[in-house]
Amino acid sequence: MPEGITPLSRLKKGQFGLIDSFTDETIKLKLLEMGCLPGEKVVVLRFAPMGDPMAVTVADSVLSIRIDEAESVLVKMDAL
Amino acid sequence: MQNSRIKISLIGNPNSGKSTLFNRLTGLNQKIANFPGVTVEKKSGTCSLYDTENQKVVRFEITDLPGTYSLYPKTLEEQVPFNILCDPANDSHPDKVIVIADGTNLKRSLFLCSQVIDLKIPTILVINMMDMVRKNGVEIDFLSLSKELGIPVVPVTSISGEGMEDVKKAMFKDIVPPEDDFIDSKQFAPEVVERIRSSVKMNSNYAAFQVANNFESIGFFNANSDRLTSIRRLLQEHEFDPVRMQASETLERYKVITVMLKDVLHTKVGSTAADRAFTRKIDDILTHRLWGYLIFMFVLFMIFQAIFAWATLPMDLVDSSFAGLSKWVGEQLPPGVFSDLIVDGVLAGLGGVIIFIPQIALLFMFIAILEDTGYMARVSFMMDKLFRRVGLNGRSVIPLMSGVACAVPAILSTRTIKSWKERIITIMVTPLMSCSARLPVYALLIAMVIPQRSLLFGTVNQQGVVLMSLYLIGFLAALGSALIMKTLMKEKDRSFFIMEMPVYRMPRWRNVVLTIIEKVRIFVFDAGKVIVAISVILWALSTTGPGAAFQDVKERLTLAQIEGDNEAVANLEAEKLEKSFAGLTGKAIEPVIEPLGFDWKIGIALITSFAAREVFVGTMSTIYSVGNTGEDVATVRQKMMAEVHPVKGGPMYTLAVGWSLMLFYAFSMQCMSTMAVVRRETGSWKWPFFQFAFMGLLAYFSSLLVYQLLS
Repeated sequence: MPEGITPLSRLKKGQFGLIDSFTDETIKLKLLEMGCLPGEKVVVLRFAPMGDPMAVTVADSVLSIRIDEAESVLVKMDAL
Repeated sequence: MQNSRIKISLIGNPNSGKSTLFNRLTGLNQKIANFPGVTVEKKSGTCSLYDTENQKVVRFEITDLPGTYSLYPKTLEEQVPFNILCDPANDSHPDKVIVIADGTNLKRSLFLCSQVIDLKIPTILVINMMDMVRKNGVEIDFLSLSKELGIPVVPVTSISGEGMEDVKKAMFKDIVPPEDDFIDSKQFAPEVVERIRSSVKMNSNYAAFQVANNFESIGFFNANSDRLTSIRRLLQEHEFDPVRMQASETLERYKVITVMLKDVLHTKVGSTAADRAFTRKIDDILTHRLWGYLIFMFVLFMIFQAIFAWATLPMDLVDSSFAGLSKWVGEQLPPGVFSDLIVDGVLAGLGGVIIFIPQIALLFMFIAILEDTGYMARVSFMMDKLFRRVGLNGRSVIPLMSGVACAVPAILSTRTIKSWKERIITIMVTPLMSCSARLPVYALLIAMVIPQRSLLFGTVNQQGVVLMSLYLIGFLAALGSALIMKTLMKEKDRSFFIMEMPVYRMPRWRNVVLTIIEKVRIFVFDAGKVIVAISVILWALSTTGPGAAFQDVKERLTLAQIEGDNEAVANLEAEKLEKSFAGLTGKAIEPVIEPLGFDWKIGIALITSFAAREVFVGTMSTIYSVGNTGEDVATVRQKMMAEVHPVKGGPMYTLAVGWSLMLFYAFSMQCMSTMAVVRRETGSWKWPFFQFAFMGLLAYFSSLLVYQLLS
């Protein structure tokens, strides 16, 4: 994985990044149609009390996404 | 031109206020059914409006399509809008489409809207939640948006009703779909689009492109197998990759939308999204690892209280008024079979339907409020990890917990679960939760076979512990069965949990009231028919019998009734039940249930319990000739305890029989109302019969095991 690129699931509460790419086709299509496009800013809002799923702010809305799904969303953290 | 009828479809993202708009337009003129062939709820309604310009009344038929983010038919719920909009031959194919957009998230709403526009169906864009848009300090240039899109744009606030007149005006207008496509679908796969469009006669390039992408999941399309193979070949020839195509289309649409919105949206300097900040603060508490669960427990407790305690009063009222009505009708009609049929068959069945209304209304009042405020999404968020493991959904908590009161409203409430598989599993296991109808059965049996004893230095009552363990066993059985079904059921559509967490807002009371009416209506008219029918059948089985023996008992009973010999009447009632079809069936199944420790008397009760589990107690009092008092549980108990085992001697109701019977009632599906509701909610008899079989087998073998171990 190129430097500065991490799966969204690794981010901690309050951290943010820009969507870079997706590693799962189904999730990619679902997120794209909800407006989570590459280049959009994602902020980790909170984790559910049991650590999974996580809530992120992206494209003007708050989404709940399971950790294993967030694993397939790669975000760029540097240059911010 | 009096009879013009215009079909309109409403489509929009989840949480865009679509239902509120639908309710505003149609009021109580709503109908709920399933779309043909699928178990997706079809909400439709009518409204007649007076067109002042042309001076005529126009009748609109409005269909509320399931909420969706795009037209891509991935899940069942998404296939419905797609099939309706793309197939002009579909019964629900609209003359016009109203796209409802969330004004605070215009970008995403315009994505769906642009797809609808490209299908070349006359479209109106309604931008909802204008109150929030203004609060957030955003201005939307509607004129330029309307010009850019080439369709009418109407701003509304559906909660307050602001702008509704403009929506109605737009509905009258003749709308010509814009000539230019929003994006050119041909650019992605020119030849494929061209060939499909010319061979199938599609209205638009975009419909042809969608067919290429999704031809396998399009109902109206894959009926024609020749066409299917030719398209498959065409796509192979051109190495058409649907995933790449769909991604390119999505990106292209958003690119155009982003540019468009630069001229349309104006944010005032220094303004913040006030509602989101407020929501975040509430979420800090409501999804807190301690407070979050405590508050949720409290909410559950309230629901519990409502369907257990608050519903009792109206339920007793229904009960007593039906008892009064039955008595009155019985007196009006000449005695005989017809009178019995009306009183003990039909009226008893109707009473059995209406008795559920208070619980259903109360549960749905809570659920509608929880959904409408946005809290339900947080419940899913908090519970997802726990329930996902066993194939359930965070939202399964509500049906499971409500199941402790009654499985009927609980199963009706599973509609909030979006994934088909998780919803079906929830429906299948909910009746395993110990409902309140089991309580009288448990109470009777526990009092018989479990000694009154204190445990743990007098702090705990042994009978109470057994009762609690029965509830726990039900819950564990539900989770276990869910886990098994999760592994056995094939995935219909891949489940993912990406879900929007809407901002908190006040519940819209109009929606709450309409939800309650809607659910009660579904239950009374759809499930009610089945319940009354089965009630009549059960009545017939237990009051008629074959041959002279039954006739003889009946005549002697009539005689005893005339003479007023109460003891003889009670004994003859018991004999009559024994000689009836139900009694004979009870005897016939005795060899099958004997290994569980049951005799034919229990067999009869198992059959009549199908009307409702608590009927066990009433049947037992008839069999043991307690007479028509029925309510006198103590007498039934004494008589049952005095029963001697015909072969072994000694008491019939031993600890082994007691546990065996209690487990049987804990697990088996002895409830016609539940089965009727499951049929209604799953759209076929397949699921209730499957449920009946798996619960029956579970009950049989658990009872067998426990009886053989304990005796």
